[in-house]
Amino acid sequence: MLAIAAGLFAFAPFMIDAAPYEATMGLVYKIYFFHMPSAWMFMTAAITAGVASFRFLFLKRPRAEHWVTAAAELAVLFGAFTLVTGPLWARKAWGVWWVWDARLTSSLMVFMIFVAYTLLKKYGGPGSDKLGAGLALFGMANVPFIYVSVNYWRTFHPPTSVVPTLPVAMGIPLWYCVTAFTLLYIVLLRLRARLEHQRARVEALYLAEDEA
Amino acid sequence: MKVIRQAVVVAAVTMALALPAVALAKAAQPPQQPPADFVPVDNAPPGEQIPAMPLLGAAYGFMWVGMLGYVFTLARRLQKVEAEITDLESRRK
Repeated sequence: MLAIAAGLFAFAPFMIDAAPYEATMGLVYKIYFFHMPSAWMFMTAAITAGVASFRFLFLKRPRAEHWVTAAAELAVLFGAFTLVTGPLWARKAWGVWWVWDARLTSSLMVFMIFVAYTLLKKYGGPGSDKLGAGLALFGMANVPFIYVSVNYWRTFHPPTSVVPTLPVAMGIPLWYCVTAFTLLYIVLLRLRARLEHQRARVEALYLAEDEA
Repeated sequence: MKVIRQAVVVAAVTMALALPAVALAKAAQPPQQPPADFVPVDNAPPGEQIPAMPLLGAAYGFMWVGMLGYVFTLARRLQKVEAEITDLESRRK
């Protein structure tokens, strides 16, 4: 799966290069082909972390906490991609790096929630896993708000209706990139969760050694 | 019964007056703007590519470096933990 994702990413620049220019934004709109899929993966990671937190907190599944950690780290990674590429596009398309509208502000908030989660996990000590899972649930609760915000509040940001109405020449590279990002997300999530499983195993082995 | 009849008459008169008013108000509103869709063109406007290029390069560069960097650190962390497991298991035997 990693090989397929790597192959798709290697070919992505050619697909994006072949896409036509946009009438008002010109060349810079091509940031969209990586910006939008990373925003989707950012929201997917937040939802994954929230669902795993629910399983950990309310269904008492200890291993679900490993998935929370994995998904939260990916939310930070894809959130950073979204929040860096967005302003680079906006600088040219809107004339400003940033506007404090509902979409951008709520995205920044969710990103900061998951940064807080990773810091809490690293430095929080005992009990931080439950507190962190609660935080991740709050992160997930914000995702629907991010998604619909462009349709309800006045903003420069393109509305959600842009994706289904995209012309075919622009739609093909976009869905190609969405596929590549989804595969990459699945691979990274599984690898990161595996790291947490192995860390738990190391801890158990040290405990067994101490008892022996 | 009389009260109900009066209420029905008042409601009917109100609706009869309100409906043309709503229709007039709708007609007075400016036409809706078409949705802001993406429109494809074959060539970029003259002089367009040069200022956009550094922004485009920075966006893709940041993402590629970020992705490769993350995959590299993840692989290193995994290798370290797996080496630790091998070491601990060999000590137990």
